[in-house]
Amino acid sequence: MLKRYLRLHLSNLGGAIGRLFRQPVGSLLTVLVIAIALALPAGLKVVVNNADVLSDSWEGAADFTVYLKMDVSEQAARDLAKQIGERNDVADVTFISRSEALDEFRTRSGFGEALDALDENPLPHTLVVRPRGGAIAEIEPLTQALNELPETELVQLDTEWVARLRGMLLLLGRVVDIVTVLLGLAVVLVIGNTIRLEINNRSTEIEVMKLVGGTDGFIRRPFLYLGIVYGFAGAAFAAGLLLVALVLLRSPVAALAELYASHYTLSGLSLEETLVLLGGGAALGWAGAWLAAARHLRAIEPS
Amino acid sequence: MIRFENVHKRYPNGREALSGVSFSLERGEMAFLTGPSGAGKSTLLKLIALIERPTRGTVLVNNLNTARVPRRRIPRFRQRIGVVFQDHKLLYDRSVFDNVALPLVIGGLKPREIGRRVRAALDQVGLLDRETHAPITLSTGEQQRIGIARAVASRPDVVIADEPTGNLDPELSLEIMRLFERFNDVGVTLLIATHDLELVDHLNHRRLKLVAGQIAADSKQASDAA
Repeated sequence: MLKRYLRLHLSNLGGAIGRLFRQPVGSLLTVLVIAIALALPAGLKVVVNNADVLSDSWEGAADFTVYLKMDVSEQAARDLAKQIGERNDVADVTFISRSEALDEFRTRSGFGEALDALDENPLPHTLVVRPRGGAIAEIEPLTQALNELPETELVQLDTEWVARLRGMLLLLGRVVDIVTVLLGLAVVLVIGNTIRLEINNRSTEIEVMKLVGGTDGFIRRPFLYLGIVYGFAGAAFAAGLLLVALVLLRSPVAALAELYASHYTLSGLSLEETLVLLGGGAALGWAGAWLAAARHLRAIEPS
Repeated sequence: MIRFENVHKRYPNGREALSGVSFSLERGEMAFLTGPSGAGKSTLLKLIALIERPTRGTVLVNNLNTARVPRRRIPRFRQRIGVVFQDHKLLYDRSVFDNVALPLVIGGLKPREIGRRVRAALDQVGLLDRETHAPITLSTGEQQRIGIARAVASRPDVVIADEPTGNLDPELSLEIMRLFERFNDVGVTLLIATHDLELVDHLNHRRLKLVAGQIAADSKQASDAA
């Protein structure tokens, strides 16, 4: 019984693949339409993945920079650094003395000569405080504590733009979800329509099958397999398109990363995501074929 | 085997195709259904194959009231009936073998058994050497024999045929009818609709004559009465 089922399904699968190759141009066009519809959300997903990786590596930028008042002595500043470093919501505190700051500023900014014109060092002692947690809620008490220190002149938190980026990524992620649903629906409709045409083309065959006692399942199955094969082939083409796009982008991205002294490389779909794409394509194909079969097979009756 | 009790069939367009048809065909009987075109021959056969349902009256096939067969049970019901068509209704995108095998594949037989039965059926219609051919390459008479092979391959209890010799010359027609007789010899119940009276006269079988949707003559009742 099981063997018989397996054999029937295998022969249906083989038949469906054969049918695709019998009209190679038409099939290829349909598969390409499906591939593009699937490559778009998959490509956006890759973009979001890469942006997530980037924004994670920028998480370090969420440090507090605490500028101390000018009248705070170096010793007092060092003591304060130690004191803050003992808080459990603080991971690390770096003390930058005003002279270190001046040296760094001199070499980096190119304003060296202008600084020489000043009588005294205009820079305060600075503490760079790295919080333990990354979430806004976690660092809120720390922000307040740092602000309330009598030695504090100004607290700067460089997270706002990271938060904005995160927000944008979240939004983009949502957009990807919507696009995925819409284009998934489009794939279902494209395949449904293709199967509908196929059913119309083969109405004589369907009629004969019904006349000799073919059950609904028996008659429907080849069409379901055709839908699955279309969806799977479209997904495979989509994965191929993404791979090509990635290869084309890899060297310009590497060149750009080099400008930022980064070793950042683009990553494509993971194995798991590729499997989801292929399985999703097949499932959408099945759904489209099922809809078409449910609507149109019943209408064909021997007369 | 087949039993009609006061069967009426009115199509949605108002045409009354059958009005009060009653007859019964015993197991192993072979009968011709004759009458002018439009008399209701095709409708009568369609009621047997459950392609249509009666408006009134009862159709029993194999002691089964067709009114009690729900739509989803129709396939299983049809698997036990062989149907032969005037236009053969072969599938031209597959080989002779695959055409004859179709009802057996549907029936879920093992490939070895399917091969055996297909070849047996093709042998009976004398076309064993054509199993790999495409139906389109065969003559009309040969195509009809393929259609018959398909109808009998699953060894149905009943075979119905609608104008099986409609497109054939007298010689080929007789050949086809002799073929049906051979199946009848091994116990198959046959009901053959035809308007070829000359051919029917050649053969000594029961005749049901339909005129305007009613049985106008039944040779069996006539001989019983005599």
